[in-house]
This record gives sequence, C-alpha cells and structure tokens, in this order.
Amino acid sequence: MADTSQTPLTVRGPARTIAHLWMILGIIIVAFPVYYVFIASTHSVQTILRPPLPLLPGSEAIANYSDAFGGGIDRIGGVSLWRLLGNTTLIALGIALGKIAISMASAYAIVFFRFPFRMACFWLIFITLMLPVEVRIQPTYKVMVDLGLIDTYAGLILPLIASATATLLFRQFFMTIPDELLEAARVDGAGPWRFFKDILWPLSRTNVAAIFVIQFIYGWTQYLWPLLVTNSNEMNTIVIALKKMISFADADTPWNLVMVTSILAILPPVLVVVLMQRWFVKGLVETEK
Amino acid sequence: MAHILLKDLRKSYAGQEVIHGITMDIPNGEFVVIVGPSGCGKSTLLRMVAGLEGISAGTIEIDGRVVNDLEPRQRDIAMVFQNYALYPHMSVRENMAYGLKIAKMPKAEIDAAVTRAAKMLELEPYLDRKPRALSGGQRQRVAMGRALVRTPSAFLLDEPLSNLDAKLRVQMRMQIKDMHLNTGQTTLYVTHDQVEAMTLADRLIVMNKGIADQIATPHEVYETPATEFVAGFIGSPAMNIFTVTAEAGMAVLPGGHRLPLPGLAAHGKVRLGLRPEDLEIVDASTAAIPVVLRSIEWLGADAFGYGMIDGSDALVTLRLAGSTGAKRGDRVHVAPKEGRLHLFSAESGKRM
Ligand SMILES: Nc1ncnc2c1ncn2[C@@H]1O[C@H](COP(=O)(O)OP(=O)(O)O)[C@@H](O)[C@H]1O
Ligand SMILES: [Mg+2]
Repeated sequence: MADTSQTPLTVRGPARTIAHLWMILGIIIVAFPVYYVFIASTHSVQTILRPPLPLLPGSEAIANYSDAFGGGIDRIGGVSLWRLLGNTTLIALGIALGKIAISMASAYAIVFFRFPFRMACFWLIFITLMLPVEVRIQPTYKVMVDLGLIDTYAGLILPLIASATATLLFRQFFMTIPDELLEAARVDGAGPWRFFKDILWPLSRTNVAAIFVIQFIYGWTQYLWPLLVTNSNEMNTIVIALKKMISFADADTPWNLVMVTSILAILPPVLVVVLMQRWFVKGLVETEK
Repeated sequence: MAHILLKDLRKSYAGQEVIHGITMDIPNGEFVVIVGPSGCGKSTLLRMVAGLEGISAGTIEIDGRVVNDLEPRQRDIAMVFQNYALYPHMSVRENMAYGLKIAKMPKAEIDAAVTRAAKMLELEPYLDRKPRALSGGQRQRVAMGRALVRTPSAFLLDEPLSNLDAKLRVQMRMQIKDMHLNTGQTTLYVTHDQVEAMTLADRLIVMNKGIADQIATPHEVYETPATEFVAGFIGSPAMNIFTVTAEAGMAVLPGGHRLPLPGLAAHGKVRLGLRPEDLEIVDASTAAIPVVLRSIEWLGADAFGYGMIDGSDALVTLRLAGSTGAKRGDRVHVAPKEGRLHLFSAESGKRM
C-alpha cells in the first residue's frame, strides 16, 4: 500500500501554501460584501453616501444600532425592528417545523405502509418538485384570499409548508432502515406510532436537524410570497421591510439603518447554523446506524 | 409453551406459489429445525408463523387458536433475526427491555428479567453499551436475550448463527441446545447448515422448493430419506446416487457393471443411493464395483476417496479408514453393506 496519510489535505511545502492562499482568497471574496455591510452599519449616512466607503468600522455603531431598535425604523415602516424579527422568526420556524412534520408523516406513510395508490401518491409529491412556488403562485394566492388568510401568519406559513424535497429526503433515509428493524419492533409489540416514536424518530434526529437548518433559512429568506400575501406593515418580514426601506430616493434612504437591518437579518440564520452545526454536519455525512 | 399446528400452509407472491402446502403438528416443547438450500422458502415459512408474512391459504394454530390474522405481538412469539436487528440507538439493556416495556411490565420485573437473561448469556458487562460497540458474537447474544426475556410461548430463529465464525458457531449451537433443554420452549429454527440441523433438532423439516420433502427425526432422515433430494442434501459427503437399470435381483450400474442385489424387482430405470460409509473395499469379484480413485482427502481418523466407477463417468465418494493405503490412481473394488441401499423413483424422486 502507498502511504495513505498523503491525501490532498495533508500535502506539505509550497503546494500547501498555495492551497491555503487559494482558500483565503475564496473566503475574502465571499465574505467581503458581508464585511462591508457591517462596516457601513457603523458609519453615519453622510459617510456612507460620500465615496469611498472606509474599510474600517466607524464611530457611529452604538448610535446606529440603538436608533434602529429605538424607533429609527418605526419612522419609516411604522413597525419596530423587534416586531419584524419576531414575524420572521415565527414564519421561518413555522415553515421549518411544518415542513418537517408534513414531510416526515408523508414519507412514513409512503415507505412503511402498503395502501392503494401508494406509488401514485409518491409520484404526485415528486412531480410537485418540478413546479416552483412561482408557477403555482396565482392559484395559491386566490385560495388564500378565499380563505381570508391574507395578512395572517397562517397565510404566510401554510402554502410554503408542503415540501417535496424534504419528503424525498426523508423517504430516502427511511428506505435505508433495514426491514428487519421494523419486524423486530413488530415482534416486540410496537404499533405504527410506537415504532415511529421509539425507533424511527431517534434514528432520524440528525437528518431532522439538517433539514431544519436548511428549511429555516429557506423560510427566513422568503421574499415573493410574503410580499404578495401581506398588505399591512405589521405583518412584514425583515426582508420585505429592508426592501421597503430602500425604495425611497437614494438621498432619503437611511443607509446606515438599512445596513444595521441587513446585519440583523443575517444574524439569526447564521446563529441557527452555528448552533446546530454539530448535528447538521453529522446528518449530512453519517446516519447513526 | 405452545402447541403449533400448521394445516396445508401456502404462500404466493404475485400469483407465484413459493410454499406449496405444509402440514405439521409441533407438540409443546419440541425443537423443530427447518432446513433446506437457499431460496427454498424456509424464512417465508418461519415468517408466516411469526405473523410477519401474510398467509395465502391454510391455517396456523397456536394452542388451539387460529392465529392467521393476528399481529406478531398477539401470537406470543419471540424471534431472532439473521442480522440480529438490534435497535442501534438503544443500549443492550434497552434493547432487551423494549418488548417488556411495551407490554407495560412493571419496571422492577423488567430489570429482573433483563438481569436474568444477561446472566444466562454472559452479557452483564455490556448492558450499557450500544450494539455498535459489540462484537458479532455479543450482538448475536443480545438478539437471543431480547427473545429470551419475553418468556414467549414459542421461539423462532432465522439462521441465527450464519454470521458468526466457525468456532463461535459451535459454541452458540451448544448454548442454544442447552437453553432449549432449560426452558423447554417450543422452538422453530431455520438453517441451511445440515450440521446445525442434525445436532439441534428433535425433528427436521427438509424443504425443497417450497415443499416439505420429509418431516422426521434426524435419525430417520439420515437412515431413510424420503426423497432423492433429502438423500442428497443430508449427509456429508453427500450420498452417491446413480441411475441404474433394475432387473430381477440385479442392478446394471453405469459402465455396465452388474451388481447382484437379492430381492430387487425389475423396475427399469431407477436411482440407486449409497452413502460413502456404506461402501466397503472388498477383494475383486463380480459382485464388487470397480472404482478408479482420483483423489484422497485425508482427515486423520477418516479419509475420503473420490473416484469414478471404472468405465463410466459416474462419480463415487468412499469413506475409508484413516490408515488406508489407497492412493490416487488406484483401482479398488467396493461393495455395498447389507441392507444399506436406497432406491428412488427416477420420475418422482420418491423413495421406493
Ligand atoms: N417479498 C417477496 N416477494 C417475492 N418473492 C419472494 C419474497 N420473499 C421471498 N420470495 C421468494 O420466495 C422464495 C423463498 O424465499 P425464502 O423463504 O427467503 O428462502 P430461504 O429463507 O429458504 O432462503 C424465494 O424464491 C424468494 O425469491
Ligand atoms: Mg432465509
């Protein structure tokens, strides 16, 4: 056998240096806009509007952030930043948890139960993958209007819950569970509910964590649907509010507050990823079997 | 404790019948081994008894109660799976306790039952480990323990030892036999290994393509195989079986040798079976079969000689004494021992 420690990740000498430089360059390119947003959020509007923008943080950080939380944004949309963050959190959580609940339930049915038209159900779900939200947005909107769900959390969350992707992922995972495990549980006397609760759920936890992270971010960054289904500013998400803040003439836009809001809009998804990273990575690379 | 009665049990998959009507009465406490080559329907039969597989026709009764439509848990059986099927996220203790927990047994009793089983299987040091931290043999014992704690009325095992190495297999085989002697539980045991089958069974079901060719004690199966298939499957090395022409008092062997067989009636073509140990080396005579040896396998106390009937390509296996002087290329004469030959119909394969 050749020396197996000599993987691409353990090369030494100039090759290693070049690899590092290359990666650092990549990080700079990706991270720079975010860094710039942060820098801008610590300067006054005047500094921001007078190019070039400094590369180092300014002295207005505290003023900007307290202004944002203390009513600066109230003056624009009439809604506090807290309310926007709360709305968005609620919607993102609702979408993520709802998707997990629905897709786990449907994958459970498709994989573990024999019922008429089982495969037809699977294909129906699968086909919806090919119809993005934008394609079915008009009928969905009409349904929401008829149900009186405009400007409600239900209206914001429900249509985005149905998820072919998550159903498919759970189906694939469930299919890797050996049949004998299900049979052993049946012999032990576990019914469908106990099998799910005692065996399938504990085995799925890392996958759930991974899907939660992905779907939370998906929910957090929703734009088109919240824009359509909300009229009142009270129901805005932070992404919509951001957009509304900059739809004034350039000079009127409180760029410093926009930047503060941007930072705050990025922060929660980043937190979710960081906090759930251990589970998330585990779910992507190994299933505990 | 269970008395299991199978009545004309059949199973079809998508119109294709794979179990063709099995009838058997298993009295309480009997150790029955289902044996046969891979794909003959052993697992299917066992899983039908367990309630994991639907029944296409026929009935299964346990203690006088028809259980065809009952879930496994209602049949009061325990099962050991070939790949053990341990719950990967539960400790050994939790694995063994799970069935009892579902049955709502009080905690103290569960602990007592698990401890008792763990002691019997020498699993006490591992009770808090997860299955992935166990060796194959230990996992196998956990699977046994999970079935044991339940004190079910019947014990079903599907090739429980096939994933173990040879030494462990012998050990576990003896342990399973001991356990059966201790608990006296009705046991159905599936295997394709004839040594396991012969050593464990009170009675064997020898399966051939979904048919129970013979249901009998190991001794009967060996001494009077009911079909040519059983004759060839049980016994190692396998029985020598030739197509011969039966004339009155005489069989014409491959190569044209005429073997006097007093009492044989004229049947035309039949299949003649002779176990290797039933062929003795004798002096050359017209009553003996000449065999040219092609190889000798020396095992110590015994040796096996492989050859062909002279003048034909019919293979013959002989069991020789370890002290034999026979060599490759030798031409020897053998004669069947008195009353030790088996005749099977050339058409149906049934014993004549
Ligand atoms: N779910 C199934 N669908 C169709 N055919 C099956 C199924 N399970 C088993 N069979 C067929 O039934 C026969 C018996 O299988 P099995 O009982 O597993 O054999 P064994 O355990 O003796 O090796 C095989 O020919 C197999 O192909
Ligand atoms: Mg099998």
